[in-house]
Amino acid sequence: MRDNIYKPYLMRIEKITSEAPEVKTFQLKFINEDEGKNFSFKAGQFAEYSAMGEGECTFCIASSPTRMDFIECTFRRAGKVTTALIGLNEGDIIGFRGPYGNIFPIDDWKGKNLLFIAGGIALPPMRCVIWNCLDLRNNFKDVTIVYGARTVADLVYKHELKEWQERTDVKLIITVDPGGETPDWKGEIGFVPTVLDKIAPSSENTIAIVCGPPIMIKYTFPVLEKYKFKAEDIFTTLENRMKCGFGKCGRCNVGKYFVCKDGPVFTYAQLKSLPAEY
Amino acid sequence: MEIQKKLLKNDSLDKLFAQLKSAGKIIIAPVRKGDQTYFCRVESASEIDFDYIQTVKSAKEIVFPRIEKLFDYKIEQDSQKISETDLEKFSEIVLFGIHPCDIIAFRALKTVFTWDYTDNYFIARQNKLTIIGLSCAKHDEYCFCTTMGIDPGETAGSDILFTKLSTGDFLAEIVTEKGKTIVDIGTELFLPDPVVNKLDYITKVPLLFEVKELSKKLENMFESPVWDEMSLRCLGCGACAYVCPVCSCFDIQDEGKIYSGCRYRCWDSCGFGQFTLHTSGHNPREEQFQRWRQRIMHKFLYQPDRQQVMGCVGCGRCSRACPVDMNILEHLLSLTI
Repeated sequence: MRDNIYKPYLMRIEKITSEAPEVKTFQLKFINEDEGKNFSFKAGQFAEYSAMGEGECTFCIASSPTRMDFIECTFRRAGKVTTALIGLNEGDIIGFRGPYGNIFPIDDWKGKNLLFIAGGIALPPMRCVIWNCLDLRNNFKDVTIVYGARTVADLVYKHELKEWQERTDVKLIITVDPGGETPDWKGEIGFVPTVLDKIAPSSENTIAIVCGPPIMIKYTFPVLEKYKFKAEDIFTTLENRMKCGFGKCGRCNVGKYFVCKDGPVFTYAQLKSLPAEY
Repeated sequence: MEIQKKLLKNDSLDKLFAQLKSAGKIIIAPVRKGDQTYFCRVESASEIDFDYIQTVKSAKEIVFPRIEKLFDYKIEQDSQKISETDLEKFSEIVLFGIHPCDIIAFRALKTVFTWDYTDNYFIARQNKLTIIGLSCAKHDEYCFCTTMGIDPGETAGSDILFTKLSTGDFLAEIVTEKGKTIVDIGTELFLPDPVVNKLDYITKVPLLFEVKELSKKLENMFESPVWDEMSLRCLGCGACAYVCPVCSCFDIQDEGKIYSGCRYRCWDSCGFGQFTLHTSGHNPREEQFQRWRQRIMHKFLYQPDRQQVMGCVGCGRCSRACPVDMNILEHLLSLTI
């Protein structure tokens, strides 16, 4: 742990990728190489990214811990800090604190089928665990990814979607909301829960990982329950407003649990026992 | 260490203060201003209000200032510098005349600021702090320390605890090694144990309810309609959190530009609507009743459960400060019925 828990690492933006309208991915490299060598994290953890002078904001680390050359984050311009971040250029420097929070228990998922369900800008937090599992592909059985966005343009990681589509060991289903399709769209049209229902996923020996806007999550859990997924086998990652990331600033709690310390990864079984403060 | 008892004459206080000052210490003590009492820097004992019941603001800002600069930064393409505050530069402070409830509150703060991640700003300030407490000779209808498990003559948390005797002199109970160093600074001023019955000089604050029972009840009260009823008049002004000796929620803000500036940690309150507001516009605690519920739940259920400390010391400041007369004690009593 660092001496000053508030002090960020300084990171240089090596590469910027435009993913979708107002959505960018930063590839970040530690300016101090020793800090980079000593840094480690696990899938599911998050960090505080700062546009110095504007403040910090919270996103999950979007790159996989199996690929430590860079740290990557993907964000949409939404508030003050992301507006400042999106205006930065390659070579610019940002602050980075972390990693914080708990992890996806992928060691426990060995020998199981994995069903990833993501909506919109929630693919980035899931991308970390997807790549982590794909880089350890032999540990798992079938891997299915269901991903939806409002429109074709809003789909993020377009080149990686293509890569997953071409892999024979991944089943990828992409959907866009009705009206969000283009004339040459070949994927599904419909909301994520509807499409999920259509593919009727088997719950046998399967872990479901769900990430998306609250409304998508709300309608996805019942579909999974319909197909007899156990609440303990459904994982999600919560987002609440945070400042510190380490259980002190007081705003991210859901009942007695802190999203920053006890989360951000929760099972549906845990969520059922918590008040809906997220 | 075993508590040692001594007598300090009223007229020796100024001599003690002079010695503490010449040892480089700043003395902060309760000072009356009009009809209110505040913790202020003092130079002599004559400035001190020994008879106060409660100060308007707590003393928490000594270890947890309203605004704490975390670092300055200067960032250029080829040179970057984050300069941190020199923790050694914090002043040595003697906090004199603080009541036991506030002293116990420092423990709750410490629990938060050391929960897995240690906040060195807090710890450095606390290390430089010596606490000379003062037992309570009086209380008012807002006080409920005993209900929160704190005795108005409690020595725990003090380095030295003073109890004012009828002669105007003080019984000094030396509790810690740090307290002993103060005695060592003014050895000749501390006379032998006056052998008095301390309880004769301490107010008796009635025990109003079982706080453990309250915590148990709260476990099943999240959906209760009482939160709405209780908070109908709440303005969400946050005064309760600002005067509270235990409230420690904070915000982190930057001041400056992308190439140079500084970052601060500053007080915040769970009573503010924007406290939990997501950038998307979604707010998990959108209504004032949800925020009032959070305040009560956090202090009397979550904090005891997760950190084994009570989030309230019964000082009564929030009730005294509330502009619309919300009284936490009334609320707690109604919850326990």
